[in-house]
Amino acid sequence: MSSAPITLSRSRSIAARFRAGDEFAYTLTLVCAASIFLVTCLLVYQLWIGANLSRHQFGWDFIFTSTWDPAREIYGAVPFMFGTVVTATVALFISVPIGLGAAIFLSEMALPSISDTLTFLIELLAAVPSVIYGLLGIFLLVPVLEKTVVPLLKSTLGFLPIFSGAFYGVSLFSASIVLSIMIVPFIISVSREVLLAVPVDQREAALSLGATKWETTSQVVVPYAKRGIYGSIFLALARALGETMAVTMVVGNVPKVQASLLAPGDSIASVIANQFTEATSDLYVSALIELGLVLFAITIIINGLARLLILTTGAKVAK
Amino acid sequence: MNRLTICAAVATIFASAVPGVAQISLTGAGATFPEPIYTKWFQEYRKVRSDVQINYQGIGSGGGIRGVTEGTVDFGASDGPMSDEQLKAFHDKRGFGVLHFPTVLGAVVPVYNIAGVSAELDFTPEALSGIFLGKITKWDDPAIAKANPKVKLPSADIIVVHRSDASGTTYVWCDYLSKVSDEWKTRVGKSTAVNWPVGLGGSKNEGVAGQVKQSTNSIGYVELIYAMQNKMTFGRVRNSSGTFLKADLASVTAAAAGVEMPDDFRVSITNASGKSAYPIASFTWLLIPEQIEDKQKLAVITGFLKWMLGPGQKLTSALEYAPLPKPVVAKEEKAIAKVHGK
Repeated sequence: MSSAPITLSRSRSIAARFRAGDEFAYTLTLVCAASIFLVTCLLVYQLWIGANLSRHQFGWDFIFTSTWDPAREIYGAVPFMFGTVVTATVALFISVPIGLGAAIFLSEMALPSISDTLTFLIELLAAVPSVIYGLLGIFLLVPVLEKTVVPLLKSTLGFLPIFSGAFYGVSLFSASIVLSIMIVPFIISVSREVLLAVPVDQREAALSLGATKWETTSQVVVPYAKRGIYGSIFLALARALGETMAVTMVVGNVPKVQASLLAPGDSIASVIANQFTEATSDLYVSALIELGLVLFAITIIINGLARLLILTTGAKVAK
Repeated sequence: MNRLTICAAVATIFASAVPGVAQISLTGAGATFPEPIYTKWFQEYRKVRSDVQINYQGIGSGGGIRGVTEGTVDFGASDGPMSDEQLKAFHDKRGFGVLHFPTVLGAVVPVYNIAGVSAELDFTPEALSGIFLGKITKWDDPAIAKANPKVKLPSADIIVVHRSDASGTTYVWCDYLSKVSDEWKTRVGKSTAVNWPVGLGGSKNEGVAGQVKQSTNSIGYVELIYAMQNKMTFGRVRNSSGTFLKADLASVTAAAAGVEMPDDFRVSITNASGKSAYPIASFTWLLIPEQIEDKQKLAVITGFLKWMLGPGQKLTSALEYAPLPKPVVAKEEKAIAKVHGK
């Protein structure tokens, strides 16, 4: 962009002033975008140097060791990686169908007055602090799970290894359910917006070809809004991977990898929150920071893989 | 903005910059266990010296040790004494040493929730270590039943609950178990957070207590003060003299009296000798740098320590902390002289 000299004379042409404004806007918005990127880079850099001690001590073994023993100073990330990924995945399994269904209802099926009220209430859910979800989890969800849901589950699906073993209330399963309640509002609100933004011509075209309301919705509107819906799922996934307080209160805090969802477990964010303040030795602190780095890496990898998956399926469909 | 507003704004800025009474401000950070009594003490000390403001943040023993080593706080507080490596790290970083001053005593008690049992249970060291090692798995195991002949214990699985967060409470509990069980010492060890062989994790005393309350046939451990304030049923533990003792302020102070206090005050009083000594007790310490450059701060700290050992100790029982035994107080008063200026 050629920079026109900014003259202070009153006879500055309209074109010159407009150009100057454009440049100003460009620079300002560039600074905003760059600052976010810079902060992220700084964050990663700080995590990297904070984890130095632990990285030099354990090397790659850190992500293959299952022991977490602060007394003996042996640290391994496997149980926490397992817990983080499992709780986030199960939470997505539960929340995506429900969230998508709700979003379709709110955008396509419901009367506008109902839709607006319900949307407002659902978006309030997203504003509830995670600690409250944790408390609700312990005092409301865990007893209900213990008394009604899990016995039912075990009587019907108890032969599956993921539902085997004793249930103590706090478990990966409870944490997944709490997480799914927390991430559903994100899926609903973003998906609803995206579905509402589908042009009316698309719907009218389908209807004019003889499609029913449901056929229009499922075969025209939702596929058109696919990108945005995937975006909402990524948002929800990111929240689920990083959620700390709600998870730590209901997950059981046992750093072991077990096959059953009903067994207690632990997640990366949960163990960092629990142990960071009292971590006495430098290696202990460094190991916890390295866990943070691992979480960052997991988030990037999962997001990257998911986007890759979408790109390839999108390319196939286009062909 | 008109002229009047600008003048008013400037005047306010200058007015707020005028100093009031010269305030000496100190910051400390560390253990959460003694935070209530420290807060009370610092408030009361303001009545002695109105120009002194001491701020304390309960960020955890680890944070306290780190803070005082880095010099970001004037003093630290820890539930566990600093290890030799940590003392060396302090000396390497600052060029002088750090002193430990015990302030109050605390204890850890076993809490449980057993179907049909409301009585106080007696626990032997073997029972406790066996339960937490995962070797004793049922409540009617002879190791527990023998000590409680009058109680009908169910033949149910024991659900063990421990702390998920690193804490001084865990350190004291594991320190005790390491002393009474060789297997615990080699397999698990003692630290603010350990690799527990069995059990669920609860966050802080509230988490453990809540989990125990919710799970039938469970056992956990909490701070004595927490158990007393929440009126929880807790068990008696057999001490090294063979007596089953319930933790209370008297038995905790007796535990401190029954131990040979070294000059640097870094001592563990778990499993102390003495007929009326509760076996799972511990000091909590203030960590004071040996050398304090600022003369005013030096005067405040030495003055506060003297006050803490005198009138301060009288305030502990009201908040259900056990006071220091008299020999320890006398020894500490002499040790205050070790804190010097540059």
